[in-house]
This record gives sequence, C-alpha cells and structure tokens, in this order.
Amino acid sequence: MNWLKPSWQGVLAIALCVVAVVLGAMSKPEAAALADTAASAAYPYHATKLLMMGLVVVAALVSMIRIAPLIEAGVLFVGAHLTAWLLISGIGGFEGTALAPYYLLLAAAWLLGWRCVAVLSDIRPAHKGSRTALRLVIPAIFGAWILIIWEAVTRGAGIPFILLPPPSAIGARFANSLPILGADVRQTILKAVLFGYIVGSGAGFITAILADRVPFLRRGLLPIGNMVSALPIIGVAPIMVMWFGFDWQSKAAVVIIMTFFPMLVNTVAGLAASGHMERDLMRTYASGYWPTLVKLRLPAAAPFIFNALKINSTLALIGAIVAEFFGTPVVGMGFRISTEVGRMNIDMVWAEIAVAALAGSVFYGVVALVERAVTFWHPSVRGG
Amino acid sequence: MTGTSPAVVAASKLGLTFQTNDGPVQALSNVDLTIGKGEFVSFIGPSGCGKTTLLRVIADLEKPTSGTISVNGMTPEQAREKRAYGYVFQAAALFPWRTIERNVALPLEIMGLSRAEQAERIKRTMDLVNLSGFEKKYPWQLSGGMQQRASIARALAFDADLLLMDEPFGALDEIVRDHLNEQLLQLWARTNRTICFVTHSIPEAVYLSTRIVVMSPRPGRVSDIIESTLPKERPLDIRETPEFLAIAARVRDGLRAGHSYDD
Repeated sequence: MNWLKPSWQGVLAIALCVVAVVLGAMSKPEAAALADTAASAAYPYHATKLLMMGLVVVAALVSMIRIAPLIEAGVLFVGAHLTAWLLISGIGGFEGTALAPYYLLLAAAWLLGWRCVAVLSDIRPAHKGSRTALRLVIPAIFGAWILIIWEAVTRGAGIPFILLPPPSAIGARFANSLPILGADVRQTILKAVLFGYIVGSGAGFITAILADRVPFLRRGLLPIGNMVSALPIIGVAPIMVMWFGFDWQSKAAVVIIMTFFPMLVNTVAGLAASGHMERDLMRTYASGYWPTLVKLRLPAAAPFIFNALKINSTLALIGAIVAEFFGTPVVGMGFRISTEVGRMNIDMVWAEIAVAALAGSVFYGVVALVERAVTFWHPSVRGG
Repeated sequence: MTGTSPAVVAASKLGLTFQTNDGPVQALSNVDLTIGKGEFVSFIGPSGCGKTTLLRVIADLEKPTSGTISVNGMTPEQAREKRAYGYVFQAAALFPWRTIERNVALPLEIMGLSRAEQAERIKRTMDLVNLSGFEKKYPWQLSGGMQQRASIARALAFDADLLLMDEPFGALDEIVRDHLNEQLLQLWARTNRTICFVTHSIPEAVYLSTRIVVMSPRPGRVSDIIESTLPKERPLDIRETPEFLAIAARVRDGLRAGHSYDD
C-alpha cells in the first residue's frame, strides 16, 4: 500500500458525496421534479450534479495517491474551486431553494481546499522566490474560501439582502461606485486620517520627550494624559464638530486625540528601555542629554514607537469614520456608511467596509515594513 | 605614589554607603590607594567586596560619601568631563543598531572628531584588537570574545589615559580569556595607558598586573596591596614559574584572610 496515503479530508469529502447522492435532490425545484415526473420543471444542476460529485471524488482519490506535493496541490486546487464555481453559478435563479446535498457538496469542496492548503504548507521550497509566492498563495486560498462559503451560503439559503449581501453583489457595487468610493477615501483617509495621524503621533512623541526632559511635566502631564486616553470618542466627536466645523478638520481633531496617548505612553516607556550599562557608557563619555537621546535612547525606543504607530494606524481609521457619523459634508466613508444604512443599500455599506479594511491593511503594512527596515537589529526582527 | 610617576588616581579615606531598604550598606570603607601613570592595577576579591563600586567611584558613576579622591589632580567629575576614562563593562554593551565600526566611532562622534580623524582612529584601534575585516558586521553577528574586543577598541579609540575594566572577560571561556589577556598586555605595552582591572580570577590578576589590590567584603575595604615582581614581558607560560606561583599564593592568602573575617 506504498502508493496510497489517505488523508482524512479526502476520505471525508468522498463520504459527504455519498451521503449527498443518498439524500438525492439538491434543491426544492429538483425535489418537486422528482416527485412529479410528469411536469417538466426547470431545476438547477440538471447537467452538472454528477460532474460536481465526480470532480470531488476524482480529486480526492488522486490526492491520496503518492504523487509530488505540487501536483497533488494542483489537482486539489482545481477540483475544489471548479466544484465551488459550478455550485455557485448553478444556484443562479434558484436562490434560497438549496437542500442538504448542496451544503454537503460545498463542505466536500471546502475539505479539498483545506487539504490543498495543508499540502502547500508542508512544502519547503529551496528557492527564495517560490517561498515568497507560497507565503502569498496560502493565505489567498484561505481568504478565497471565506468568500466562497459566504457566497454559497447566502445564495443557497436565500439570506435577505439587508442582513448579509453575497460578496459578488458587494464586488459589483464596489466596481460600479469607484468614483464615489474614491471621493470618500480622499475625504476621510487622505485628509482626516493622515493629517490627524501625523499630528497626533508627532504631538505624542514630542510631549514624551518634553516629559522626559522636564520632571514637572512628567509628574503633571502623564496622569492627565491618562485621563485623555479614557475620553469616550463618541462623546468627544460632536464637540469637535462644533469647534472645528463639519469638514475634515473636526475629524482630524478626533484622530489627534485618539492617537496622541498611545504614542505618548509608548515613547515614555521606550525612553526607559535602554540598559543601565549603555547609559553608564554614555556617561563616561560625558555625553550630554541630546547626544545620548539621539544616539542611544531613541534607537532603543524605536520598537516601542513603532508599536504605537501600528496601534495608531488602525485607531486613526476608526476615529475618523466614527467622527463622520456626527456631521459632515456629503462625502466621506463614515457619512456614506451612516446614510446608506438608512437607505437600505447594505451592499454599499459593505463596499465601504471593504475599502476601510483594505486601506487599514495597507496603512498597517506600510508602517510594519518601515519598522522592519528601521529596527532590523531587534531580536524580534532578525530572528535570533 | 609609586616611583616618580605622577598619581593618576589618588584616594584617601574613601568611603561609600548605599542607603537601601534594609538600612545602610557600607560598600567601601577607608580606602587609601594611589595609582601611578602607566600602571596595571588589578582589583581582586569576593563578590560584594566593593571592587566594582571602587571602579565606578573612580569613573564618577557613583559619588563617595566620605574621604577624597582625585583623578589626574581633578575631581572624578572634572576628569569625566575631560573624557579621561575608557570604561569596559562586564558585557560588551555594543549598540545593536550600529556596525562594529560605528560602535567604535561612538565616543569619537560624541567628542566631535572630524570624519577623517574618526576613520583613521577606527582603523588603528580595529588593528590593535585584531578585528580588521569585521568593521561592517553588526555586534550580534560576532562571537562573545569578538564583541568584547570591539568594546575594548571603543574604549581605546579616544585618548582616555585611564582604562577602567570591570571583569571584561568574566563571561568568556578559558582559552579565549587567555588569548585576550595576552593581547591586553601587548596593548598595554604599546599604548602606555594606565589600566584598572577588576577580576575574580587570581591567575588573571597575577598575569596582568604590576600591582594587585586585594579587597575583602563587609565593609568593602583594601586588605592587601601586592607589588608584582614579574618582568614586563610576560609570555603565557610565565604562569608556571615559581615566581608567578609565589605571588599567586600571596594573593590567595590575602583573599583567605578577608574571608575568615566573615566567618
């Protein structure tokens, strides 16, 4: 039995197909057609039902033969995704009529996808480029399956559009509203978030250095800074709108308040992070406050400062969007979310959420990349 | 004062009491010591005898609570402001974000030397500690012994005439330690600096020093000062000569006397 290497995902996928065959009809129209053979009702998967099951079973069987991992992953990938595509495209026009075998087939395809990722995760390519490609492919398949299951379940079960639109509808809305989304991003991210992030983080950093330099500030300011951090943003946002007007400036003010404190606390902690020996060393050189700060304490504080920058990158986005709920010109991501919810355009809300998630990830990723470049020496980055 | 050389360090009736939560702790008491220019003085004693504290007082990292101390005829603080000290710690204390050559350049940058002058001194001191070729490496890419050599290079890069070394080789293995001891003696002969060297090891103290200061704890004090009769030229196998062993025996006796006080 050397040529066989069973995987539980493959065996279970085949078993699910068998159960699906036993249960029979994939959808209510098909069940009706089976019950009343005289009527020639149209029903989904008329021609593709056996094809899908065949795909799953063949892919599962081939994957359990001892072959090269890359070929095995390829077979599983094609089998899983072709089945999923047939399943989702077939339900078109019959939304909400799916029966148990529909979900069993979906689960079987998902198991093949799971096996595919598991096989890929075990590959250790020697080449650096293929390692990078693999690092991207694995989470991509993972993410794709979240969308596939979301799409298949919302459409198969006919979940009301208001509750949860399928990702395809969100994608279509996204593609059709690019100018509006672009204007919202300009208003919220390029103006309020970026300005507030830079000013808030910068102010937190400068205040931390002042508090470090001037003892009375350290004693007096840090406790007050603590209080500022506890301010509820929901309460502050309307006041900022009254102070700074409806446009992006008031949202930037909210972002400044939100990002100030994490930077202050982290920088203060970071400035205390340099070792005694290193500080004694600087002292024996008769190094003044500023040379010691620039050459020793700030580099040692860099991991803390970048930590704050990463926390702030997500806080800033949340702050700006929530602040727009309290009055804004007729543009902006928060404005769009609050008005489109009112108009029951849930797909537009999801499109904005997708934009926010994308922008937040890019923002975080850029900060993390800069961090890797700056704190290359830190054990957490150099891995030793 | 030894011979005709001027005193680099002169301490009299020096005392230091730390205020701790368990009450005052006398780290140093009644230390009288004079170190002449070009001497190699080792401080040896059990933990808690105040040898590191004494080194830190000389370097103005701690303030004495009684007695007087002068360095080059000044207070330690003035000497520190004049950059009289090269201090080598128990660990290399290199900055991980700087390459070895930028680490060696650190004191030079702080003291405001020109780029050309910095480059020249880096090259010279890297040669001196046999680290040429490792200029562009980061500290974490080197072995412990190489890191400690880099930290010695850093202390030698500027013209500090007093080199203070606090158990610099304590964490290294025996072979590396022998090798670095040999190199340190050559360095000392070539540069004619005054060196204060704290150690736990009797052979190391005897091998390196012109004078050995034996200290004992509770309160930290000097219990014996032993002049070395060994020649300035010292190959490693001098450690098997009767003369060497006789000095080592005296140091050991001094340490025992300090310990018996405790029991």
